[in-house]
Amino acid sequence: MAVVQDVHGHVHGHPTGIMRWIGATNHKDIGTMYLCFSLTMLFIGGFLIMGVRAELFMPGMQIFEPEVFNSFTTLHGLIMVFGAIMPAFVGFANWQVPMMIGAPDMAFARMNNWSFWLLPVAASLLIGSFFVPGGAAAGGWTFYPPLSTQGGLGVDMMIFAIHILGASSIMGAINIITTILNMRAPGMTLMKMPMFVWTWLITAYLLVLVMPVLAGTVTMLLTDRHFGTSFFNAAGGGDPVLFQHVFWFFGHPEVYIMILPSFGIVSEVIPTFARKPLFGYSSMVYATASIAILSCIVWAHHMFSVGMPAAGQLFFMYATMLIAVPTGVKVFNWTATMWRGSMTFETPMLFAIGFILLFVIGGFSGVVCALVPVDIQVQDTYYVIAHFHYVLVSGSLFSLFAGAYYWLPKWSGRMYDETLGKWHFWLSMVFFNLTFFVQHFLGLAGMPRRIPDYALQFADFNMISSIGAFGFGLAQLLFVYIVIKCLRSGEKAPDMPWDGAKTLEWTHLPTPAPYHSFETPPVVKF
Amino acid sequence: MKLDEPRINVKMLRKLLVFSVMMFGFGYAMVPLYEKFCEVTGIYELQQPDVLDKNAKVDETRIINIQLDANVRGLPWSFRPLQSAIQVHPGKSAEVIYEISNQSDKTQAGQAIPSYSPRNLERYLKKFECFCFTQQELEGGETRQMAVRFVIDPELPKDVHTATLSYTFFSLMKD
Amino acid sequence: MGSKLLSFWVGVMVLGFYSGSAVSSKYNLPEPQTIIAQQIYDQHIWALWICLVIFIAVFGVMGYSIVKHRKSAGYKAANFHHSTTVEIIWTAIPCIILIFMAWPATKTVIAMKDTTESDITVKVTGYQWMWGYDYLQGEGEGIKFYSQLATSQSEIHNETPKGENYLLEVNNRLVVPVGKKIRIILTANDVLHAWWVPALGVKQDAIPGFIRDTWFTADNVGVFRGQCAELCGKEHGFMPIVVEVVEEQQYAQWVADQLKTAATDANAAIINAAAK
Ligand SMILES: [Cu+2]
Repeated sequence: MAVVQDVHGHVHGHPTGIMRWIGATNHKDIGTMYLCFSLTMLFIGGFLIMGVRAELFMPGMQIFEPEVFNSFTTLHGLIMVFGAIMPAFVGFANWQVPMMIGAPDMAFARMNNWSFWLLPVAASLLIGSFFVPGGAAAGGWTFYPPLSTQGGLGVDMMIFAIHILGASSIMGAINIITTILNMRAPGMTLMKMPMFVWTWLITAYLLVLVMPVLAGTVTMLLTDRHFGTSFFNAAGGGDPVLFQHVFWFFGHPEVYIMILPSFGIVSEVIPTFARKPLFGYSSMVYATASIAILSCIVWAHHMFSVGMPAAGQLFFMYATMLIAVPTGVKVFNWTATMWRGSMTFETPMLFAIGFILLFVIGGFSGVVCALVPVDIQVQDTYYVIAHFHYVLVSGSLFSLFAGAYYWLPKWSGRMYDETLGKWHFWLSMVFFNLTFFVQHFLGLAGMPRRIPDYALQFADFNMISSIGAFGFGLAQLLFVYIVIKCLRSGEKAPDMPWDGAKTLEWTHLPTPAPYHSFETPPVVKF
Repeated sequence: MKLDEPRINVKMLRKLLVFSVMMFGFGYAMVPLYEKFCEVTGIYELQQPDVLDKNAKVDETRIINIQLDANVRGLPWSFRPLQSAIQVHPGKSAEVIYEISNQSDKTQAGQAIPSYSPRNLERYLKKFECFCFTQQELEGGETRQMAVRFVIDPELPKDVHTATLSYTFFSLMKD
Repeated sequence: MGSKLLSFWVGVMVLGFYSGSAVSSKYNLPEPQTIIAQQIYDQHIWALWICLVIFIAVFGVMGYSIVKHRKSAGYKAANFHHSTTVEIIWTAIPCIILIFMAWPATKTVIAMKDTTESDITVKVTGYQWMWGYDYLQGEGEGIKFYSQLATSQSEIHNETPKGENYLLEVNNRLVVPVGKKIRIILTANDVLHAWWVPALGVKQDAIPGFIRDTWFTADNVGVFRGQCAELCGKEHGFMPIVVEVVEEQQYAQWVADQLKTAATDANAAIINAAAK
């Protein structure tokens, strides 16, 4: 690619209409498709959880049969994790990584197209499983056997969907690693890469490390279900607990796959709006790497109640608590970046600050959960639900919003409506906390997760939580409106809408970014 | 739009693909690894006879209370120990009797899976004879008494005074 | 430090201690009934205090910065971007804080595993969807029964008003004497379940084909309720646990009654279960 001398950028003709998207190999087109797909999935997963929260609005069974309720929670989890959050970050990577390192495109354009088009196939399998006999998988998004060996066709469709999603993620990750390692512009050394690129490089390595393990796990489950193996079946000499070990060996790094790119986005947004360089760049890189490494040796903290020997529990407790250290370093670095800056508070900055505030709360409840004795009480309760929504919604999702508002002018050439953006932030902030903060209390007071009905003492907090959830869901429609309004009739964006931005896509490219960019590598000077 | 990916990219692609395939294999490798880990900690060699260490000394100062438990899954059998517990000195061999009886009128086969609590007992409880070493086939209405002969290793940690030996019979018929 | 700031801090402390001692509040873990539950309770409060202090420190600084260092206030950006000393300090301090959290937790973990020398051993079996209890050893040996949800379907489907212990009442409670060490052996019949009674500080998965153990010694008489804590299928939300802790004499009486009718009871239960 580097040998292509195409200074004008618009020489290749490209197909228009539907073929532009089906055969897309341009990283910007594919990035757009990823982002649209994940936004759609966000609303489908959100729709499912609205049903769940409606059932939980009052004690007693009102809307669902318990089994349907279980399949709603199960598919909510799977769709949000694999359909909404992960593809959204890949979409960001597709748009931003080549522009931020001065590359013309992703390394493998054709493979990039395949890895996107696998997603709608997998999503249709997941959604379609609601309509097959026996209904969708209802064993939780962690699908522990033996329960998941009991399910019907829906479980097989889920397994197949996970295989496809895994293949897509692995291809995406390989593409990102190759692009970052081989296609940086001259002068863009590793330690000069923007934080977003760094976090994605580490995330992509985590993906190729653990997604194949997930594929192996679901394959074992599939052969247990249909081909007479007994990996997880005590009757044949297997062990159901083994599944949990293999699953969480994937599952814990997966959590960081969904949060490291967030750290990257926030590390771009905060310096821009503080008009001051990122504090402790190299310690940020080392912290990200150590979080990734630690994330591979803490998996059994999801399993403190299975009855591990004390030595095992203690090891996983200490390792888990250690993750708080590099995470703390990041939070301190962001604070120090803001310190004595010259801050303005546009929507991306608001979401970034909201991210830090709420992610820290999620981090604290994470440390509380890491303490084995306390975890014995809160494991599998609403406390854990609150914990991981603080890191996944106000963590990953808020950072995605921050990134979307930050780069929307670059992508579209138009400005979004700042007032509406601020409304979106404040509504999200209020309703998010209304939904999830009370769930801490529910969990402590003893409400298990994944139940369709509950004892009377949990009634008032559940009602508050449901009201919050409906509000939060509606507030996200505002985001769609803002984006559409921006694309249709937004004011034209100046080349440099944020005066603090220092990365290549702002300094070296016009706004909107041309369809082909950096066909000649830029000269990077720092 | 055909793009010729430079060779270094293709090389890296190949490496990463091989790595992914290896990690897929690693998922499977975790099965034997898990068993290996359990073996090292003594957990998994449960269904083979242990060799009696003739030199083991009997520790008369300690008495271990071994509780006996029995479970049946998917078989119309009744299965119980004839004594609820047994008190043994570490190093001294002991015998307990379990009784199974097929309450249906069809011949059926089952396999007993042992399990212990506390979990590190698995390393210290040595069995010479157990009905769990082979599968058991019972004719309709048949009742059988079976012995388990074992010895507790005197190395058993000092803080263990009570332990449970449990068996679960699983049906060998595939449904 | 100004007097306003001081009084603010005192206020926070008072509020915190109040919330720490208001034990049976619905904002916190239930009132502990065993030594382990008490330790868990205390460690949770301890962890909350540490988190609160760090939270105030970090967001105090960030809040100050947000108010003062804004462009609209005419603040000009500085240009510093690293300081090795500061970075080492804020890596080291969290490590030390973590040790103070991990130390008590470690002691509790070891205590939780000490199931040895119990007075009574009960085997708990998880079924889809009820619990089975077998008294394996100790006073009451030989007693066995099933324990099922006692809330009526009409309450669940909103046809009749919901009772006080809606979804938390069973037909047969697990009865144990106060002050005696109860060893719980767990297994399951079909899928994973988890036996959880918050006030006793006990949660342990029940795994088909394997046994696990846990223990508790209840300090007070009373009725303590919990629920299955591992998704086990459609009635997962409808298999509560009720533990009734009674005086020793009362327990002896209960055992005598149970053993008198044990044979018939157990038979009936087995036939019932088989019929399902
Ligand atoms: Cu259950």
